Amino acid sequence: MKPVTCALAALALSLSLAASVWGGRAEAAEAVAPPEVDWSFSGIFGTFNRASAQRGLEVYKQVCSSCHGMDLVSYRALTGIGLSPEQVDALAATHEVNACCTDAGEPFTRPAKAADRFVSPFPNPQAARTANNGALPPDLSLIEKAREGGADYIHAVLTGYEETPPAGVTLMPGMYYNKYFPGHQIGMPPPLSDGIVTYSDGTEATLDQQATDVVTFLTWAAEPTMEARKETGVKVLLFLIVLTAFLYALKRKIWSDVH
Amino acid sequence: MEANKTWKNPIVAWIDNRLPIFSMMNADLVDYPTPKNLNYWWNFGSLAGIMLVIMILTGIFLAMHYTAHVGYAFESVERIMRDVNYGWLMRYMHMNGASMFFIVVYIHIFRGLYYGSYKPPRELLWILGVFILLAMMATAFMGYVLPWGQMSFWGATVITNLFSAIPLVGQSIVTWLWGGFAVDNPTLNRFYAFHYLLPFIIFALVFLHLWALHVHKSNNPLGIDVKGPQDMIPFTPYYTIKDAFGLGVFLIVYLGFVFFAPNFFGEPDNYIKANPMVTPPHIVPEWYFLPFYAILRAITFDIWFIPAKLIGVTMMFGSIIVLLFLPWLDRSPVRSARFRPLYRQFFWLFLVDCFVLGAAGGHPPEGHWIWIGQVATAYYFAHFLIILPLLSYLEKPRQLPSSISAAVTPGGVGISAKGVAE
Amino acid sequence: MAHTASTSPESVDDEVTRRDFLLIATGTVAAVGAALAAWPFIDSMNPAADTLALASTGVDLAPVEVGQRITVVWRGKPVFIDHRTDKEIEAAEAVPLNQLVDPQPDSARVQKPQWLIVVGVCTHLGCIPLGQKPSDPRGDYGGWFCPCHGSHYDTAGRIRKGPAPANLVVPPYVFGDEQTIKIG
Repeated sequence: MKPVTCALAALALSLSLAASVWGGRAEAAEAVAPPEVDWSFSGIFGTFNRASAQRGLEVYKQVCSSCHGMDLVSYRALTGIGLSPEQVDALAATHEVNACCTDAGEPFTRPAKAADRFVSPFPNPQAARTANNGALPPDLSLIEKAREGGADYIHAVLTGYEETPPAGVTLMPGMYYNKYFPGHQIGMPPPLSDGIVTYSDGTEATLDQQATDVVTFLTWAAEPTMEARKETGVKVLLFLIVLTAFLYALKRKIWSDVH
Repeated sequence: MEANKTWKNPIVAWIDNRLPIFSMMNADLVDYPTPKNLNYWWNFGSLAGIMLVIMILTGIFLAMHYTAHVGYAFESVERIMRDVNYGWLMRYMHMNGASMFFIVVYIHIFRGLYYGSYKPPRELLWILGVFILLAMMATAFMGYVLPWGQMSFWGATVITNLFSAIPLVGQSIVTWLWGGFAVDNPTLNRFYAFHYLLPFIIFALVFLHLWALHVHKSNNPLGIDVKGPQDMIPFTPYYTIKDAFGLGVFLIVYLGFVFFAPNFFGEPDNYIKANPMVTPPHIVPEWYFLPFYAILRAITFDIWFIPAKLIGVTMMFGSIIVLLFLPWLDRSPVRSARFRPLYRQFFWLFLVDCFVLGAAGGHPPEGHWIWIGQVATAYYFAHFLIILPLLSYLEKPRQLPSSISAAVTPGGVGISAKGVAE
Repeated sequence: MAHTASTSPESVDDEVTRRDFLLIATGTVAAVGAALAAWPFIDSMNPAADTLALASTGVDLAPVEVGQRITVVWRGKPVFIDHRTDKEIEAAEAVPLNQLVDPQPDSARVQKPQWLIVVGVCTHLGCIPLGQKPSDPRGDYGGWFCPCHGSHYDTAGRIRKGPAPANLVVPPYVFGDEQTIKIG
């Protein structure tokens, strides 16, 4: 074999092996590939659709927040999806947080402030389990980054419930059939359905609309700095391309006298 | 080149007369004679050095915000991502920097393997490089534990449990490593201390690596010794600009990941806070450890009275230790694979074998992947312990060019067009 | 292209100039890049978003009686709130400005005469002056006394004697209503 052919063959084989590792991850989870959704935030220039993220917050408030906390997100961060500071204060004030202590040393509660984190529905994991049939509803702050498939996967799970499981599948008691959940048996009852949420902007609350909105919100919550990252990235890479072009020209010039 | 240059600037001259730091920089970075035919594979050494500096810099600034406590570690990392000014940039640069550092270093190692850079008189240079690799692995492993995600915790548990394979004292050693009866707060604290310390040890090793390099100077794609000044060019401006251009290209790739696919090399499970009660269904190490992970898992059977676990652990460490002996396993007097028709083919086979090991390490040990991992592990050791020693005697190398300038000048002896630099 | 004689000395000069130009241009671009790259590192040491979010403190003044002094924490520092007596207010207003190290009328230091609100950090070297507790020494002017190096502050928190160069700092604050303030 010619050296070049040899090298190319080796590289091609190697890369396909590397790719198989990435492929292997999905395979290991035995999951059905989630359908791709055209997200406002995908791509190099993607940004969060503010209206959709705000509707997603409404879905979270009205539905998800009865079981799922978002411990890592603070109310003040919501200005990132276009809420005004007054709206943030008003939203925070609807929750009570534990505080320490009165002058007499007694713990008390006070209304949450913008600087506080989202108040969780349960005081601790044990209480959450007890209220949910032994299952622990995961915290949603990072859920988009913590699941293989990210936004597409969460959208698929939220819309992937089937009332009657396919023939041959027996559901365990208290479980629901979901096409996209690994193992297909999920403890969470179908959380969304047409019209279960009322949007304040009058958008028709179809199942798919709710899922899209709440996933946009959750993706923002998982990484509120994403827009800054992409924006900076475009500038940095453009700069680097110019600099590298200069360096290449200079390199050519300097090396032109070496034989 | 000369030990003491005369400097025009009086302040520089005054300092240099007392501490010849400028003369040293001049001798090692400016006038430093370098073979004139180095190709772009030689860029990866300087890139590795720059990656080390980037990792130390971003690491120090991350350390200002990180809290090494099981109750706060995960949250403090998320605070860096959300609230610290440019914290997300530092964190993603550090995270992806680890992967990039390994890519660069692995290319640097394979370049050395292809062009025989480990051969006399550069054995010690090579051995120092192996120690740098070992220190890098330890640093990367402990760094991965710090965010205290699920993969952090279970990676730490699995890897520290390796030491339980040591006969008699294994369990005591593991308890000692943990500072408790499981991976817990004491473990996190000591890993943080070592993760901060080791990069400076690497820095010192890199210094020795460069010192050894500058004694016998760079190898080159022809693998022949330089015959005189006509074979050399000064490092500056030629290789400074070439390295700078290479750095530009590299930064585009590296920062491309940082800004547009920052979690490409990561595992989603590490965005779940560590939970000592639940193991994730599919534990994998970071990609750069996959080949070694495959070697670890390859041995599924006891040999004689030695338990499989002990053999696996020994072979995993052995796969790196064997590199230390490479200069004496490959006795062929010819360095560059260009003039070694058989070795060249085995080099590519070995490269593919490393990728096969990587793939085997990335898949759950089921079905075909079990025997594939075993065969690839056997081949890995066979390459060093059987093939290379045999090739040293069996292979008939091609005729070497008489000098670098003879080879790179058109019409030079015994070299194809590919031999010309670039 | 304008130069036809490629061996003429001008074209050699030209070549050198062009190389120098390229070197300077590249160097400039690289230097700008390096300077810009330093900013994220520097800025990461500035207060983070969560720290800034805690930059204001609300205080309920209702329980503070006349003559009582309380200490609240604002941005990690003590803030002295003094419900001044009429005598103290009088004393503070009566001082002629030319007797002061850092001349400031009392009216410039309070929004409502009965409430003096100052940051309780000595302007000398950052110690906490005494005077908050009834048993504390209050210095020669009835305000605060810094035990570190002996600075005396009056009932308007102004420096009167000792090494401190300036009056105690008045933090930005607003009255929400008669009985609450928001500092910061």
